[in-house]
Amino acid sequence: MNAIELSNVSKRYEQKTVVKNVQLKVRTGERMVMIGHNGAGKTTLMKLMLGLTRPSEGQVQVLGVDPAVSTSSKRQTLGYVPESVAFHGAMKGREVLAFYAGLKKVPAAHYNDILARVGLKDAADRRVSTYSKGMRQRLGLAQAMLGDPQLLFLDEPTSGLDPSLRRQFYELIDSLSRSGTTSLISSHSLNEVEARADRIAILKNGVLLACGTMPELLEQTGLPIYVQLKTAAAAVNSVAEKMGWAGEVHKLDERNLEIRCRVSGKMELVRRIAALGDSVEDMNIVPPRLDEIYNHYMENVQPQ
Amino acid sequence: MNATRLLAINEFVDGLRNRWVAACILLLGSMALTLLLVGSAPSGSTGAGALAISVVSLASLSVYLLPLIALMLSFDALVGEFERGTMLLLLTYPVSRWQVIMGKFFGHLMILTAAITIGYGGAALITVFTTDSGTVGWQAYLTMMASSLLLGAVFIALGYLVSVIVRERSTAAGAAVVLWLLFVVLYDLGLLGILLADHEQQISQALFSFLMLASPTDTYRILNLTAFDTVSQAAGIAGVAAKQGFSLPLLLSLLVGWIILPLLATIGLFHRREL
Repeated sequence: MNAIELSNVSKRYEQKTVVKNVQLKVRTGERMVMIGHNGAGKTTLMKLMLGLTRPSEGQVQVLGVDPAVSTSSKRQTLGYVPESVAFHGAMKGREVLAFYAGLKKVPAAHYNDILARVGLKDAADRRVSTYSKGMRQRLGLAQAMLGDPQLLFLDEPTSGLDPSLRRQFYELIDSLSRSGTTSLISSHSLNEVEARADRIAILKNGVLLACGTMPELLEQTGLPIYVQLKTAAAAVNSVAEKMGWAGEVHKLDERNLEIRCRVSGKMELVRRIAALGDSVEDMNIVPPRLDEIYNHYMENVQPQ
Repeated sequence: MNATRLLAINEFVDGLRNRWVAACILLLGSMALTLLLVGSAPSGSTGAGALAISVVSLASLSVYLLPLIALMLSFDALVGEFERGTMLLLLTYPVSRWQVIMGKFFGHLMILTAAITIGYGGAALITVFTTDSGTVGWQAYLTMMASSLLLGAVFIALGYLVSVIVRERSTAAGAAVVLWLLFVVLYDLGLLGILLADHEQQISQALFSFLMLASPTDTYRILNLTAFDTVSQAAGIAGVAAKQGFSLPLLLSLLVGWIILPLLATIGLFHRREL
């Protein structure tokens, strides 16, 4: 079942079209990551899915209903961390969470537990104005986790977090995902999200250019993979010669070489390397990272 | 807890936290106490007590001060939250847009209620118990307190309307000042100008009365200066307006209308607003 379904959704503000004809389905329990430049339409798509704004054309369905007219009970099951999360500075962390917990009718024991899970237990009775950006971000995540949401919308959730907090953050998302929570994350930290996403949606100027798993995207782009070989002493030239069929071969030094080949030729290449026996001492396959895939789409694919 | 109630309590607690409630109590209380004590001095021979006399002066001052306080509370209630981004988050919660407006309204009303009850009420109690002015005119004084709350509520509602229309806080602040000037100063000046210019007396008293009732501040004035005999003796324009038959229920319902209409308009505009 799909948690989110967007059918031919467009959004215009006066003369400017910020989302164009987007078709997107997010399956229940999936971790979908949206990437794109600033102004690509990521935040607008989230607002459309949250019912904060209505589509100019097309249909949005979230958990089976139109979010713009959805009932309180449906919103009970959503969590959202806005791009620039803001809270009343004079309130204490615990008071902020108590307020939002009240709106979702979540008991105090539950939100105290969430404060501990996001690492704000000790700072809970301090004013939010004394919080660092990372702490505010964590408070933002804490409010989104209230009431065990089925669907989480996270707009640039890790900006302002240091590397260890980012890791903790994704561990939290992973544990929520394991318990069936669907999450939609927008991010600029491409290499950070590639291992965390079940599927990735790439947006450019309001158009959804591509959506798929990392291998699917890699196949669509046709980007080469790199196979690095460490050869036995004095075997580097003969190995380079034998591998010439697969693609460009670069000799890195007297023992190492790198072969640039197509994804479709990878398995044949591996078989032939295995057949070389002791001539090859070690090998390493380096697929393109998400930032290369992203750049490929930004530079070579034009929105229709 | 119901979302409207939760939002109202949050708004009131916010008022307590940032000292709005304390400042309003202090301001209204000290003003009322001063006027009551001044009023209690010469009241002996006229038969009108300090409470009755001070209704005239307190109502005259409240007409300036309460709209100002109410507008200051309300002008950024919505636009401020749009700007800070807190509204975006709030509306993803199980809360309707009308509940957001009504929650804020009741919260701000609680702040004004506390200020008026403790400020005006406290000053009256101090006067009654510490001077020999007696309790004559207590009904007029209570009516003044209740109508002051209504007048404040009118301007809270008008402040929300400004807050939902404009796109920036600074514009909302400017618009609130214009609104205050318009209803509290300029409208009356305009009416005065019409009277002075009308040498032929072509404007009937009925039309003039209607024009007065078209302003919530004038409605409030008329209500407080004419509703009770004990007060109208002390008020200048009392007899004139009283003859027009402005009953207390009519004047009160006019004020309530001035609350409901801007609130409904605000809710309507807020529903159409896209974030």
